[in-house]
Formats: sequence, structure tokens, C-alpha cells
Amino acid sequence: MSKLPIVRIENLHKKYGDTEVLKGISLEVQEQEVVVIIGPSGTGKSTMLRCINLLTIPDEGRIWLEDQEITAPHTDVNKIRQRIGMVFQDFNLFNHLTALGNVTIGLTKVLGMNKKEAHEKGMWELERVGLADKADLYPAQLSGGQKQRVAIARALGMDPHVMLFDEPTSALDPELIGEVLTVMQKLAREGMTMLVVTHEMGFAREVSDRIIFMEHGVIVEQGPPDQLFYAPKHNRTREFLWKITELYGKDRDNAAPASG
Amino acid sequence: MDELIVFLQRVIPDFIEGTKITLQLTVVALALGAAIGLPAALARVYGGKWLKKIAVAYIELFRGTPLLVQLFVIYYGLPDVGITLSRFGAAYLALGLNSGAYQAEYFRGAIQAIGSGQMMAARAIGMSQIKAIRYIIMPQALRLALPAWSNEAIAMVKYTAIVFLIAVPDLMTKAKLIAGRYFNPIPVYITVAIIYIILVAIATVIMRTVERKLETPGLELETERH
Amino acid sequence: MDFLQQFGFLVYYLSQGLGVTLGVTAIALTTGLFFGTILGLMRVYGGPVLSRFAALYSLVIRGIPVIVVLFILFFVIAAFVNLSPFLAGALSLGIASSAYQSEIIRGAIMSVPPGQMMAARAIGMSRLKAILYVILPQAFRLAIPPWSNEAAIVLKDSSLVYVLGVPEILRRAQYVSARTHEPFIAYAAAALLYFALTFLTNRVLDAAERRFRLLM
Ligand SMILES: Nc1ncnc2c1ncn2[C@@H]1O[C@H](COP(=O)(O)OP(=O)(O)O)[C@@H](O)[C@H]1O
Ligand SMILES: [Mg+2]
Repeated sequence: MSKLPIVRIENLHKKYGDTEVLKGISLEVQEQEVVVIIGPSGTGKSTMLRCINLLTIPDEGRIWLEDQEITAPHTDVNKIRQRIGMVFQDFNLFNHLTALGNVTIGLTKVLGMNKKEAHEKGMWELERVGLADKADLYPAQLSGGQKQRVAIARALGMDPHVMLFDEPTSALDPELIGEVLTVMQKLAREGMTMLVVTHEMGFAREVSDRIIFMEHGVIVEQGPPDQLFYAPKHNRTREFLWKITELYGKDRDNAAPASG
Repeated sequence: MDELIVFLQRVIPDFIEGTKITLQLTVVALALGAAIGLPAALARVYGGKWLKKIAVAYIELFRGTPLLVQLFVIYYGLPDVGITLSRFGAAYLALGLNSGAYQAEYFRGAIQAIGSGQMMAARAIGMSQIKAIRYIIMPQALRLALPAWSNEAIAMVKYTAIVFLIAVPDLMTKAKLIAGRYFNPIPVYITVAIIYIILVAIATVIMRTVERKLETPGLELETERH
Repeated sequence: MDFLQQFGFLVYYLSQGLGVTLGVTAIALTTGLFFGTILGLMRVYGGPVLSRFAALYSLVIRGIPVIVVLFILFFVIAAFVNLSPFLAGALSLGIASSAYQSEIIRGAIMSVPPGQMMAARAIGMSRLKAILYVILPQAFRLAIPPWSNEAAIVLKDSSLVYVLGVPEILRRAQYVSARTHEPFIAYAAAALLYFALTFLTNRVLDAAERRFRLLM
């Protein structure tokens, strides 16, 4: 007996001009599952994530969010996106707003919360990512790691049912990666459903329930971390994991976690 | 020296009157320019094919022709096609339309300087495009455009001077009348020049103060004159 | 007059003004570039006195409407030498433009990397030679985009010599309007002619910019 998946993707296709970026992706993500997606760059990982919240419109295939088919015509995309949190590689914090403002703008302008409620909730979300003391700083005054944690708080503020992370640590200096991964790990432990594109193999092994290896627009192989790391079925998976561990170092677990 | 004092005593009331008109022209033209320029910029960036074309045509036409010619088309030309405007009406319209075209470009530059990630992030938390423009893009764009807009505001004090050619009673018109009465144009125009410098200096101080007040870390952009 | 005659008259008359407009613009731009370059150099390399003078000059001129500068200089010039309104107007516009151009040149000089001067001095060039052969050639290229902008401004400002009675495009349009009693057509045609001119100027200068772009 399996429960209703949070996200279900069926035969997803996407073309840009003549290049087919996604060539039939099918995938289910269960509640509280943490799925890590790996694969060479240009493979369509970002495109797939953006299809899930319809920032990119699929050409073919269907996507369900819980019991709703979001690829059905006349879907209210703005309603859908409120249930899906997204964290970008380059943060995309709103530059004219403070850390707190970044979290509350969606609460007031999208969810229609009043200022006081939004303020409280915003502070609580910043607390969750350990940045309550930075509430009044602007993005330009934050470090990369802090920016990404604010971006996570902004997404969490909308009470999403699932969170998408698109290489959340790739733009960070190595010493700042740990604090972001720590926050993500905490989220996973709290039971958040997460889809994470990342090359942080330490995180993948420790935190994820399943790893998906994608290449050239298709899912080559997927399975529990141990299986992919120690007994991959495909040569390409093995080669890629070799390369990636070499490139990014075996473990990031030693990287300093966020203090406080 | 006495002569100078007598001269000044006689002309100061006229110059004060003219200055009031000049400032009035400046403020109205800027406001009108913003009211036209902002929608024009939005149309140029976010509009559909036709809206975009109309915005581009307006902007390029008014930036590509002299203000004086625009003033003449509006004041002398439009009555010919059935639109007759007062001197002030024509002056406001010419200055406003002209400034609107430049302001549109400053706003557009600012909007386009905001990375596409901002729009994407806004849409990702469920904002509609309109809301994203209203709450995320515009606040940043206005701040980015502020230095250019300030320069426009300061320069507008000077641009108004040409309206004397349709006899709007501004500083220049007063100067011309006084020069005619006293037969010596040079000191009169130098006095007017000094008044303009003072007005421009005051406008500069005001705008720089506003800029400092509205400063947001990480939101800055460079500017040019027109 | 019938329509064709009127149209022919319009085209003939305005095209006569075209040469005058281009002449005023060319003289004003060159005058402005000459003095603007000297003032720009004074700003950067002139020592405390010269650089202050150049800064003050620029500040004062840029604080006055071009039309007022034009009036003052025209009357001052007329008091000393007997120049035609065409020349007096063009030179006055050039002097007004020199203040704006001095800012452009100064900015361009300042954006030449400091290492350039150092390297030039290191191979034994004098300061003057370094400025002439290393700094200025680079600064001029960097100055092309803002200078193009200035060129379009001066082209449009050349319409101001209308007030001195110089028969440039706008003044011609006024004649035509008086003759044909069709002010809208006359002035709109003048506007279109100016538009074509600024359009062409921008294209030519864009091409120049691409041709001489400095790769750094
Ligand atoms: N908006 C777009 N327009 C055109 N091509 C795109 C666009 N987005 C992505 N692509 C192309 O699609 C391919 C997959 O991109 P992406 O999904 O970003 O891959 P990944 O995230 O795996 O690196 C790349 O070749 C990229 O150039
Ligand atoms: Mg990607």
C-alpha cells in the first residue's frame, strides 16, 4: 500500500528550439522523502525542477502535485507555486528588501496576511535558519551562505508541501557551504519533502533517501544512496560519481556547520 | 555701484516672477514626464508586440528631435490639425512629452538592470506577473533609476528656458523684456545665468539629499546627460 | 499653391537648412572637443590651480541653460569682433559643449588603468609623452560612446541658433510655414529631418565605436 505521492511526473518532455532537454522523465516523490538529483551540467536538472512549479511549461507529459494535476489546462499557477518552495543557485533575494522583508513580502502580498502576523511568521522562519539577528540587513550586507538561508526562509514562509533546491550551494565559497547544508539537513529531519539538485555527495549520502542520476534528459539510474555509491548498475553512474567525488572532495561533513 | 543697485531694484520683482514660472514649469514637466515615462517603459519591456512598437516609436521620436522643434510643432503646428493649446499648455505638453521619453529610457534601463532571477523568484513564491512588477521589480527599478532621474530633474530647470520662444513669462522671457528696456543685454543675461546656476544648485542639493535618504545597499546604477 | 508645389517648396527649403544645421553642429562639436580635451587634461593633470579652474568653468557652464550661454556669448562676441551669426552661434554652442565634453574626457582619462602611465614612464617616456601617446589615444576610444551621446545633443541644440536668425532647419521651417500657412506640415517635416539626422549620427558613431573599441 502506498500513499499518494506529493509529486508525480509522467513522461515529461521539454524542447528548447531543436534541442530536446527532457526526453521523457517519470518520477514519484513520496511525502517526507528527500531525493537528490545528480548529473552532468546541461543535462536538464534545472529544467525539470522548473517544470514542477511551472516556471517552465512542459511540452508533453503530466505532473501531479498531491491530488491535483498541475499540467491540466486552467491551473492557477500562482496557487500551485505557493505549495512548492524553490531555492535557486544564485539566491535571487529581493534586493530592495531586508532579510525579513524578503520573507514577509510573499506572506502579505500573496497570502494576504496582515503586517503583524507576517512579521511574526517572518521572524520565526528566520529563526529556523538561524538568522533572526540579521532580520534588518539587506541582501548586499549578507554573506552568500546567509543569503541562501534567507532564501530558504522565504520559501518556508509560504508553508510549502515540497521544497525544490537547485544547486543551492554551488555559488558559495567552500567555507559557507556547511551552514546551508546544516539548515537543509535540519529541514529533512523535520520531515520536509525535498528535491535537491546538488553535487554535495556528503549531503546526498547522509541525508537523502534516494539518489537519481540524470544524463542527457533521461533518468539513467536511481536508488538508495548506498546502492548508487557502492553498487551502481550503470557504468556512466559509476564514472560520474568517481568524477564528482574527486572534484568536490569525498566528504563535506567536516565542513564547519553554522555556529549557533 | 549705485547704478547697479537701482538696476537690481527695478528688475528683481520681474525676476522673482519669472523664477516662479520657471520652477512651476520644471515641476509640472517632471511630473507629466514621469506619468508618461513609467507606463512607456513598462510597455517597452513587458508589452505585447504592438504596445512595444508604440512605446519605442514615442521614445525614439522624442529623443531624436530637438525640444525646440517639438515645442513649435505643438504650439504652432497642432492648431493646424484642430488642437489649440495655450502657451502654458503647449509648454507643459512639450516639456512633459520630451522628458517622458528620456524618463522612459531611464526606467527601462533600471528595469532591465534587475536580473531575471528577481522575476523568477517572485513568480516562484506564487506572485502574479502584475504583483511581481508592482512589489519586486518597480521598487528596485525606481531606486536604480533615481540617480538618472535626479539628473533629469536638475537639467529640467535649464530645459524650460526655451519656452520664452512662445512667450511663456518665465525667467528668460523676463530677461528678454528687461534687456529690451535697458538696451544692454549682457548684464541682464549674466544675472539670469546666475539665477539659473543658483536654481540648479538648489535642485542638486535637494535631489542628492533624496538619493541619500532612499539609499539601499546594493542598488546603484550609473548615468548620462541628454 | 497646389500640394505638389508646396511639397517641393518644403523639401527645397528645408534641405537648404540641412547644410547650415550640419555646419553649426560640426563647428560646435570640434570647438567643444578642442577646448573640452584641454579642460579635461587640466582637470586630471593640471595641478591644484588649473584643475580647480577647469572644474569651476565646467560647473558654471553646466549650470546655465545652453540658450542663455548662447545669448551671452553671442552678445559678448558681437561686442568685440564682427562675426556672422552663423559663426558666432556655432562657436558659442561649442563653448557650451566644451564643458560637457571636458567631463567626458576627464572620465575617459580616469578610466584608463593607472598601470598604463606607470608602464609608459617605465620605458622612459616623459609625462607629456605618456599622456600624448599612451593615455589620450586610449581615452579617446573609451570616450566614443558618451561622446556620441554628446554629438546627438549638440546636433539637436544647433536648433537653438534659430534665435539668432541663422537659417538652419527650424528657421527654414518657419519661412515655409509663413509661406504655405501649413505650420503643422512645415514643423513636422523639420522634426522628421532632425530625426533622420540623429538616427544617422547614432548609426555612424555606433559603427565608429565598434571599429575602434578598446579591448581591455
Ligand atoms: N530558457 C532556456 N532557453 C533555451 N535553452 C535553455 C533554457 N534553459 C535551459 N536551456 C538549455 O537546456 C539544457 C539543459 O539546461 P539545464 O536544465 O539548466 O541543465 P542542468 O541544470 O542539468 O545543468 C542546456 O543545454 C541549456 O542550455
Ligand atoms: Mg542547473
